Order: sequence, then structure tokens, then C-alpha cells
Amino acid sequence: MFAYLVRRLFLMFVTLFGISIVIFFLLRIVPGNIVDILFAAAGYVDPADKANLEKELGIDRPLIVQYWHWISGFMRGDFGFSYVSEKPALQEILPRIPITAKLAGLALLFSASIGIPLGVISAVKQGTKLDYALRVVSLSGLSLPSFWLGLLILTASVAMFGQMPIFNPNPKTWLEAFATYAVPAAAVGFRSAALTMRITRSSMLEVLRQDYIRTARAKGASEAAVNYHHALKNAILPVITVIGIEAAFLIGGLIVTETVFNIPGVARFLVEAIRWRDYPIVQNLVMFIAVVVVFANFTVDMLYAVFDPRIRYTD
Amino acid sequence: MRSVWALAAMAALSVLTASTATLAGEPKQGGILRMYHRDSPANASILEGATYSINIPFMGVFNNLLIYDQHIAQNSPDTLRPDLAESWSWSSDNKKLTFKLRQGVKWHDGKPFTSADVKCSFDLLMGKSQQKLRQNPRKAWYSEVNEVTTNGEFEVTFDLKRPQPSLLAMLASGYTPVYPCHVSPADMRTNPIGTGPFKFVEFKANESIKLTRNPNYWKKGLPHLDGIEYTIITNRSTAILAFVAGKFDMTFPTHITIPLLKDIKSQAPNATCVVEPTNVSTNIIVNSTSAPFDNIDIRRAMALALDRKAFVDILFEGQGDIGGTMLPPPQGLWGMPKDRLETIPGYGRDINANREEARKLMQKAGYGPDKRLAVKVSTRNIAEYRDPAVILIDQLKTIYIDGELDVVETANWFPKVARKDYMLGLNLTGNAVDDPDQSFYENYACGSERNYTNYCNKEIEKLFDVQSQETDIGKRRPLVWDIDKKLQEDVARPIIFHARAGTCWHPHVKGVTIMSNSSYNGFRYEDVWLDK
Repeated sequence: MFAYLVRRLFLMFVTLFGISIVIFFLLRIVPGNIVDILFAAAGYVDPADKANLEKELGIDRPLIVQYWHWISGFMRGDFGFSYVSEKPALQEILPRIPITAKLAGLALLFSASIGIPLGVISAVKQGTKLDYALRVVSLSGLSLPSFWLGLLILTASVAMFGQMPIFNPNPKTWLEAFATYAVPAAAVGFRSAALTMRITRSSMLEVLRQDYIRTARAKGASEAAVNYHHALKNAILPVITVIGIEAAFLIGGLIVTETVFNIPGVARFLVEAIRWRDYPIVQNLVMFIAVVVVFANFTVDMLYAVFDPRIRYTD
Repeated sequence: MRSVWALAAMAALSVLTASTATLAGEPKQGGILRMYHRDSPANASILEGATYSINIPFMGVFNNLLIYDQHIAQNSPDTLRPDLAESWSWSSDNKKLTFKLRQGVKWHDGKPFTSADVKCSFDLLMGKSQQKLRQNPRKAWYSEVNEVTTNGEFEVTFDLKRPQPSLLAMLASGYTPVYPCHVSPADMRTNPIGTGPFKFVEFKANESIKLTRNPNYWKKGLPHLDGIEYTIITNRSTAILAFVAGKFDMTFPTHITIPLLKDIKSQAPNATCVVEPTNVSTNIIVNSTSAPFDNIDIRRAMALALDRKAFVDILFEGQGDIGGTMLPPPQGLWGMPKDRLETIPGYGRDINANREEARKLMQKAGYGPDKRLAVKVSTRNIAEYRDPAVILIDQLKTIYIDGELDVVETANWFPKVARKDYMLGLNLTGNAVDDPDQSFYENYACGSERNYTNYCNKEIEKLFDVQSQETDIGKRRPLVWDIDKKLQEDVARPIIFHARAGTCWHPHVKGVTIMSNSSYNGFRYEDVWLDK
């Protein structure tokens, strides 16, 4: 187990190193830099002014020097300064992380708490009207883009209640606090819930046909015990895998949801930073997300062993 | 003498304003004006910016030497009002402009305002100071200024190379605030200090901009508001829904398209909505340095093919303006009258006849139904650019030109245009002030950085100087019309239309005036108040 852990950690380090190179050079391949954008917005270019600014920001230096400057700083915890706001990048990124983390956490919670029970019900009630209804709901969840769903929710809120659940940094009531995160989390988590439900259903259907389920029923176990204790425990592994993958995909959905609900999280901030070619922000933020995803995958792998006693990581 | 007129005009206006205020009700103190902001500006420094995304939130932090009356929609020489300058006067040869400055004004950090600050600001703008602006997009505005000198603590003089009456217009623009000497340009980007009615509190990128009341503002009793808060919402649908739901008192100025105005009026019927020209023209830039557009016949054919009314009908439901370089009347001060405009090729009402003539020119250049000209129409990847570009492509088909839309990201647009890596482009040109000097020298003068097409006509440039020095508006206007007509005939940068846009606010917002011939000068908001 120890050797496995060491090997995994080493591979994680190599993966992150590779990602850092990809992030850095992909950003440089994208045409234009912050100076181009600033001067394009002003509609003029004075070559001397432009050169001065490129020098001031350090983007006139050789790429390898720029890369080393960034990665060595990142490892020391020095994230540099945002090109746009001229504030420390860490100061810009840190306050936004809890917002997105709460939103992503709630979305995953929504996804699991809705998707898994409904998946079980759908499997247990296979072929019934309820099963068909739930499958339609799951299909709609997979088909509706989250930005569209978000706008529908906002429009409906304004039309029906005259209120709008967009981000409120200082909610006065618990309802406002709930609306601040829960509604957008539901909008972005709906797709994940639908996917989780479908995976749970198919996995449950497979397990419910197994001999040991029949044996459990023959021994007089209750339906609830059969479904949730015997069947779900064995059907949950692919669901955990999907939820782990969804956690990474969620960032993509959050970019749109944060924009629609005007939530000042890291996902929307990242898109704005890319638009400005704000390298220190983009590089550090994407690297941070990569670290989170790599560790999330590692955690999921470890969870396999917890949920399935047959899995053992040996040397 | 002219300073006396300025003071008299101010006195008359004070009477008018006072009576208007009485009619509208006594202004109430307090309250935060909540608005959304359409995007997150790069920084807070107006002098370094070239977008009204910076002017709107930060104009209230500052004062100018003089300012356009904030309650008269049309900016004109008659609506110039003293601001940090109490009065101004020209020397007899019109080459020296002297300002007497207001005393007792303090910067937001408590330091006194003096003539040194004015000199510092304009030395920065002219590139003469040790400290440099990171960007200086309006340096050319002061090309006729030799130097700015101080005469004691409360008087400054602009020494000009030649008479330029329009300098006053540029000094009154929202783009020309006075900066403090003791704060570096870098600090002004992140933590601006001004003398204006509102103090800067914070700017969180992609989140919000907050201003608070300046209790020591030199205009006693102002501002009425306790502060202004801008929430940055980049998604227009979300922003408008939030306005309808009452989250905001006012929309971002001139952010509402004509089709969207109907939505707002149906969902918030009590809202006041105003539609005004933005003084932003949509125009065609042509790379005349290489084939096929080095051929004047093809350029003229293209200009003849334009059905400008169709653009206005499709994009603005008829609420746009057709004109030349200068914004057309009645909102525009310098635009050509309609009868004169229609004498320019391509502006005539008979579109079919225009296009027939265009087809003849194309055939003369070797093109026809069997040999069509394929071109790329480049434009920025923004709806305001893309939509008219698509219509342009459709219209060019009628004269044997097959256009292909080439959308370019903002970061690459200007470098592409600057290196002449395009054949035909659709561009938007905003004018900070409704004055021919700003427009002509910036967009059409030989060697100007914003003269994207490199149009260069020395004869016309002489006329630029003639109109620029004319102090009598009545005499200057026909000169401007002649130049504008010539520019259109030369297909220097064919103007398709001048846009209009809407601004809405809820009934409890009082004292807002949307400027009708500029989108850059009307956001001081010192006497805006909330009736609630």
C-alpha cells in the first residue's frame, strides 16, 4: 500500500509538471497578449509605449525564462501580480475560491442527493410510469444547457415573484443566503443529477439481477434492505467514478452559471482573465484547478477500497 | 470678454436649473444609486482609458477645468460650464487660453488643489512629465499646445501653436479630468484620488465598483447621493432582468438596444427610457494599399451599393441616423443637412439607380456576373460589429462582390488592422466630443495612429487646419460640411450609420440627463437624487 501511494504521488507530481508546461505554452500560442488588448481597446499603438509596457510586465523575456519565473514562484507560493488589476494574484484568486467551492459542493450534493435515490427508485420500479417519468426528467437534465436553464429560472423568478436570485454578498435572511447558492447550484447540478441517476439506475439494474440479491430476498430481507444495503452498496462504484469525473466537468458548467447568476467565483474570473490574457491569474488558477482535480481523482481511487472490500492496493 | 459671457450663461442656467428643480420637487439627500456595469474595466484611470466603461463609473470622482452642462443633452460651445476653473479667457491672438482656478478645493486625501496639479495633468497627457501614463490614447488632442504654464497657485495658461477654439471642447470631455500631482499614474489606476463629488471606495474586478459621497465637496450641498454602486454583470440578459426586478435603479447608460427596450417597457412599464445617438459611427475600412481596393472605382462602387436605411431598419427598427463623418443634426452640431448629404454619391434615395451605377463601375474594373470579386470582410467578434458586417456582405452581393465574414477576436483586431492584414473591414468609431477637430485629425489626418486606412490627402488636411482655427461657428460649419462631403466622396472610410441606444431608470431616480451627441461626457451624477 505504501509503495502504491508513493508511486501515485510521484505520478501526480509528473502529471502536474506536464500540465504546467501545457498551460504555459497553450496560453502563449493564443494570439495576442495583454498589451495588444489594452492598445486594441484604446484603438491606437505607440510602439515605444507598447514596448515599455511589455518590458514592465516581463512578457518581452524569452519564454523559458518566463516559465521558470512562474513555476519557481508557484512552488514558493509567490503567484505574482495580476496584469489587469495590478494586485497580487493570490489576493485576487483566494477570495473567489470559497464561493466557487460552495457552489460546486452544493451542486455535487444536489447531484448525489437527487440522482442516487431517483436512480434507485427508477431501477426498482423498472417499466412503470414512474420509471418512464424519471427517465424523461433525466433526459431533460442531460439535454438542457445549464446557461439556458439558469436564464429560465431567472426569468421565471422575475415574472412570478418579482425577485431575482442573483448573487448577494451580504444576505440578510436565510432565504437570501439559500437563494444565493442553492438556485444556481441546482441549475448547474441538474445535469450531473440526471447523469448520476442514469448511471445509478443502470448499475442497480445489473446488480438487482445477481444471485445474491435473490438469496437476500429468499432469506426474508426487506425490500429496503435489499435495495439500499445489498444492491446499492455494490452498485455505487461506477456512480462514485462518475461523480468524481463530474467534479472536474463541473468547472465548465460553473463558468456559465456564474456568469448567468453573476456569482463572483473563480470560474467566471478565469474566463475574464483569459479574455485579458492575464497570464499570472490564468496560469495559477488553472494550475490550482489541476491540483484539485488530480487530488480528487486520487481520493476517488482511495474511496474504491473503502466502498469495495474486494479492492486492495498492493505493492 | 468671453469669460463674462460664460459667467452670464452660467447665471442664466442657474435660474433655469433652479426652476426645473422646483418643478421636479426638492432634491432629497441620501441613498445609494445602484447600477449595473456592462463589463469590468481594465483599471480606474480615465486618462489611460479609451472606453466609456471607465468614464461612467469614475467621472464622478473627478473635476475638469470646465465641463459640459450635465443637464443639457446636447454638448455645444454654449453649454460649457466652469468647473475647477472659475473662468477662462483667450488672448487677443487666440493663442493663449488662461484659466482662473477655484480656490479652497481639496483632493480626496485632504491635500489642496493648485495650478501645479493642472500643469502636471496636461504635462502627463502631452508626454512631457517624468512620470508616464501606461497608455496615452489622447495625446494627439494636445498637439497644438506648446506648453501649460502656471501663473501663481490659481492660474494656468495654455500656450498654443495656433488658434484652436475646439480645445475647450476637449478640455470639457469626460476624458479630461484633472489629476493630482502627488499621486502616481500607477496609483491612479488602482486607487484614484480626485476632487469630485464622489470618493473612490473599491473596485473589485468582475464584481463591483463603489463610490461614496465626498462630504467636503467644494460645491456646497452636493452630491445628493450617499454613494453609487456598480455591480459588474457581463451577461446582458441577467443585467436587464435584475433591473426589471428592481435590483438596480438604473441600467448602464446607452446599453439597451432598441429591440430590448420593448422588453423592458413591457416588464417595467413605469421605467423611464431614453433613446439617444451615441455618436458612434459604423463604418467600412478599406485596405486601399493593395488590390483590389487600390482601385478607386471598386471603392466607389462599394460605397454606392450601400442601402443605409436597410441597416438602420434591421438593426435599430428605424431609430438610427444616416450621415457623414460628423453626427447628423438635430443632435449633432456639425453634421451635414439632409439635402446636402443626399448629393453625395451613394446617399441618394434611389438605391436601385445607385447600384446600377455601382455595377457599371465594377464592370469597368473587370468584374461582373460571371467574374465575381471574392473578399473577406473582417470585423471584431462582437455583436455590434458582426451584425452589420453580415448585412454589408448581403448588400455587396448586388454588385458582384462575394464577401466572407472573418471574425477577429478583440486582442487581434487592432494589430491586424494596423499591419493592413485585411481587405475590407467593418469598424465602429466613437467620438468623445462632438467636434470636427477630434474626428478629423484622429481618423483622417496623414500619419494619425487611428487613421486605420492610411487615407492621406494633403489638400484636405489644409482644410482641417482652416476650420480648426475658425472661431465663428457660423463660418466654421460650412467648412466642416465641405470637408465631410469630400471625405465621403473619396471613400476615405464610408460611414454606414450612426447608432442610437437606450438608457432606462426607475421613476424614483431624478436628475439624470443622457447626452445626445456624446457617450463620454455626462456621468458626473453630482445632482442626481433618489425620490424614495
